[in-house]
Amino acid sequence: MANDEAGGLSRRERYEKQQRRRSSLIAAASTLIVLVALVVLVPMAPGWEKVQKSFFNGAVLAKSFPKLLDAFKINLMIFAWSAPAIAVLGLLIALARDAKSPALFPLRIFGAAFTDVFRGVPVILTVYLIGFGIPGLGLPRPWNSPYIWGSLALILTYSAYVAEIFRAGIDSVHHSQRSAALSLGLSERQVMRDVILPQAVRNVVPSQMNMLIALQKDVSLLSFIGPVEIFRQAGVFKSLLANFTPYVGAAIIFLIVTIPATRYADYLMARQTRERR
Amino acid sequence: MAKLELRRVVKRFGDTTVCNGIDLDVEAGQMVCLIGSSGAGKSTLLRCINLLEPIEDGEIFLDGSDISIPGLDPQSVRGRIGMVFQNFNLFPHMTALENAMLAPRRVRGLSRAQLQPEIENLFEKFGLADRMGNYPDQLSGGQQQRVAIVRALAMRPEVMLFDEITSALDPQLVGEVLDVLLLLKQQGMTMVLATHEMGFARQAADKVCFLKDGRIIEEGPPSALFDTPQMDETKAFLSRALK
Ligand SMILES: Nc1ncnc2c1ncn2[C@@H]1O[C@H](COP(=O)(O)OP(=O)(O)OP(=O)(O)O)[C@@H](O)[C@H]1O
Ligand SMILES: [Mg+2]
Repeated sequence: MANDEAGGLSRRERYEKQQRRRSSLIAAASTLIVLVALVVLVPMAPGWEKVQKSFFNGAVLAKSFPKLLDAFKINLMIFAWSAPAIAVLGLLIALARDAKSPALFPLRIFGAAFTDVFRGVPVILTVYLIGFGIPGLGLPRPWNSPYIWGSLALILTYSAYVAEIFRAGIDSVHHSQRSAALSLGLSERQVMRDVILPQAVRNVVPSQMNMLIALQKDVSLLSFIGPVEIFRQAGVFKSLLANFTPYVGAAIIFLIVTIPATRYADYLMARQTRERR
Repeated sequence: MAKLELRRVVKRFGDTTVCNGIDLDVEAGQMVCLIGSSGAGKSTLLRCINLLEPIEDGEIFLDGSDISIPGLDPQSVRGRIGMVFQNFNLFPHMTALENAMLAPRRVRGLSRAQLQPEIENLFEKFGLADRMGNYPDQLSGGQQQRVAIVRALAMRPEVMLFDEITSALDPQLVGEVLDVLLLLKQQGMTMVLATHEMGFARQAADKVCFLKDGRIIEEGPPSALFDTPQMDETKAFLSRALK
């Protein structure tokens, strides 16, 4: 029998195994060629030595890296309190925009205006206006802290986007789910809370993961109004050491966090697409 | 007084009249089957009875009281009328047991523990005792539809509406769901079915109504309607459907 040959593999399985080995060999070879080309060709560029000294300086990197890591803790802190606030506010705005009762009509208008405004203005502008504007009212300490108002600017901007994603999630739940839930005697509120929202939230987890990754990076915008987070710290080193390597160090630290997160979001997205089939 | 009475019920979607003056009496414990070709208005009529669609004109009486008064709170009525759909519409994020418990917990205000014996009993009765912990996507179509029936029964409805509940099932799974309907009939449940299962309607229904273009063209006991139809439209439909 065909199955007895070659360690119990069928003819087809053997063929596929051979094809797979062939593909990985080709992939490895082409990757190697590209890498070699980069390593050999880039240093041949006329300005390479200068670039290497000012952007990829090992000594500067070693000197600045611990302090950069320290400053990154501030990014993480701002992220840690902004993200939950964004999730809550985003959900509330999504619900407000879909409110049906006429008494809540002002809420609907407010929700729509909110998302229009904060999606329409560049984040950096919102950070400036709120981060400088509100403390400018002459608030007493600690209420003039740029941490508070900078975070608020991020929270408002991101809530607008997150709310739209939640709304898309609510729309993605088939209307027959609503019919079925209503037919059981549940109220509109109960239908939303127990039947629609749990499915809607699950449907948008990958998209919201991507928002979190974007937020993680945008925390750096607060450096423009005061907090010495990682980007600002890298700037300090740049002036001190007259070298750009600290920026590369900061980029590396961001990538250490964002690459796994991005891969994970992609994995969730792919899994969801598979489940839908 | 019939359990459920429809008087001149009219339902429109925009310019199209989907129910065009429907009169129907369903006595307590009766099984009434609605038959008719696709688009005749069977599903829409069932959705109107359950107040999922507001009607434009006419009245619907449950136990003699008008449930179609505009402005009436539909929630209290829907608890008394259960509905089962063609595509099951189970909640995919809940187990079979949680599906069945949700409405009684929220609407009847009972705890899981209080409901447990009653609901487990229902699952057992419909051969689903070992499926209570499964999510809908872990169940066959026939099992899902039986869970949907259990979920509706958990509200202790007085009337059950079934909208082509076997149409989405593989042929070999249809029987197990139809058996459930026979069991309910034995127990005296009042039921209205939209169905394409002519054999079942003939065998089990107390009354069959033939719908066309939003009207009941002909109605009567199954033997009369299937064997000696009076109207040409009924004859034409049956000769196509029974082929
Ligand atoms: N929400 C809606 N909006 C507009 N038209 C609708 C709506 N629901 C149903 N209709 C229309 O009403 C008519 C009757 O539909 P209905 O689903 O009640 O028919 P049916 O008898 O159940 O048919 P089937 O056997 O295919 O299920 C159809 O022409 C349909 O297009
Ligand atoms: Mg239908």
